[in-house]
Amino acid sequence: MVIPNIAVDAVRHLGAVAPDWPGHPWWHWVVFTLINIVFILVMIIGVIYIERRAIAWFAARTGPNRTGPFGLLQAIADAIKILLKEFITPMNADKIVFWIAPAVVFAPVIMIFAVVPFMNGAMLADLNIGILFVVAISSISTVGVFMAGWSSSNKYSMIGAMRLVASVISYEIPVVLALAGVVLIAGSLSLNDIVLAQQTVPFILVQPLGFFLLFVGGCAEINRSPFDLMEADSELVAGFHTEYSGMKFAMYYLGEYGEAVVMATIISTLFLGGWQWPFLPGWLWLILKIFLVFFTMVWTRATLPRVRIDQLMAVAWKFLFPLALINLLVTALQVLAGWPEDLLWLMGIVNYVLLGVLILLWSRMYKVGWGRIEV
Amino acid sequence: MAFDIAFWLLAIVSVVAALAVVTLRNIFRAALSLVLCFITVAGLYVTLSADFLAAVQILVYVGAISILLILGIMLTRDVQLGSPTNKLRFPAFLAAIVFFGTVAWAVLNTTWGISPQGPLEPTTATLAGKLFGENGYILTVEIAAVLLLAAILGAIVLVREK
Repeated sequence: MVIPNIAVDAVRHLGAVAPDWPGHPWWHWVVFTLINIVFILVMIIGVIYIERRAIAWFAARTGPNRTGPFGLLQAIADAIKILLKEFITPMNADKIVFWIAPAVVFAPVIMIFAVVPFMNGAMLADLNIGILFVVAISSISTVGVFMAGWSSSNKYSMIGAMRLVASVISYEIPVVLALAGVVLIAGSLSLNDIVLAQQTVPFILVQPLGFFLLFVGGCAEINRSPFDLMEADSELVAGFHTEYSGMKFAMYYLGEYGEAVVMATIISTLFLGGWQWPFLPGWLWLILKIFLVFFTMVWTRATLPRVRIDQLMAVAWKFLFPLALINLLVTALQVLAGWPEDLLWLMGIVNYVLLGVLILLWSRMYKVGWGRIEV
Repeated sequence: MAFDIAFWLLAIVSVVAALAVVTLRNIFRAALSLVLCFITVAGLYVTLSADFLAAVQILVYVGAISILLILGIMLTRDVQLGSPTNKLRFPAFLAAIVFFGTVAWAVLNTTWGISPQGPLEPTTATLAGKLFGENGYILTVEIAAVLLLAAILGAIVLVREK
């Protein structure tokens, strides 16, 4: 009778308001670990479907539409196919590191969902360092990519890994500074408190510059096009996972889309109000918002050409970084003046004007190569 | 009970990883063991209710310092040879033994004061007060920042091509 009880509790908990878990706290831990793993896997299948179909539409094709209704089962068919493939280890590879690397890339993706609230208080652990935990854990994936690039003993893998590190280290700074603006307004690092602080308005209306920085920096950090230099197919075969095949390759594939889901989740939680919205249950709103943000990422990918490595660095250090500093300063001044409590609408208008002025100003202030960066 | 198990797991893994750092011939694997050691130390901070410190440990040491270390290794030639020993092996061994002995003696002979107070629940607000509030460590924080900035500028000046 234990398992049905857990299921009932889980359903009740997802619909419930406060984290008043009945019985032993271990049940909470077990149930939410299971929910997190299932959630991330299902979401990855969902975003892969969205990516393939949307990219196909943007390119005036149909996309996968044969397996299952509307091609929905294509990802599952691919997974089965890839499971049956042989796993090849290169002769000169550093074998232990080569085997551990995929797990090091994928595990942090699941860990991050421990602090994401699906409903009010419905999360694995309401850490009071929530967003710092997300930033810290997501930085572990970089080590895994480095391990893969080094242990493959392949120059393309190595160059891919080096490029990844260069971009991740550069883009981490504007991303964290953009997060700090939200933390200032919400007055807490906990993701649950940040969502609760968006009861009246989602933070995209008061922190447009922060949203822009997080979106651009996030796309660069998870290596989505137009910033996917580290696996630029035309130059590097496949980047750091060139030598991987079979299930190990599938781990990277899952990890890549898992990181995209994580970034979409963080953006929807911090800026789009997370699970808050009327009529529908909260977790459904969260899923819809994640898909919306991810669709915007696909849209960006289909629209913009890939940047060069010097442009990648220039965007991070000369464009996003100063904007992030200004955003943090202005937000801090507004919080000191007490605007978030009394003059929220004024804060929104001022910040939107600031966003427009700053982007126009900065796009004229520096050149990359022979052309200007147009906004 | 759970904390005891966690502590012993983390302690054993961190000591083994630390030994692996100095004994492994392959310098890349040694760097990875160092990363493992950093992560277990962060785990120890968690068992001590220092959650903020644990997150910062992972962010700074695993996410940044170790990456720079590995990048440095990648730019080094003849990595596969490992670190060849030279004449300074015995003096280094002696110095390490003396240092270890001093630290062990100091640890064993100190009467450690144990606070009867329980751990603070939201640690972040208290930490912020300590760092930036009145009678806090604001001057130390700022001096550290200026020092780091000076070091960065110095590094840039040293490596810049004429």
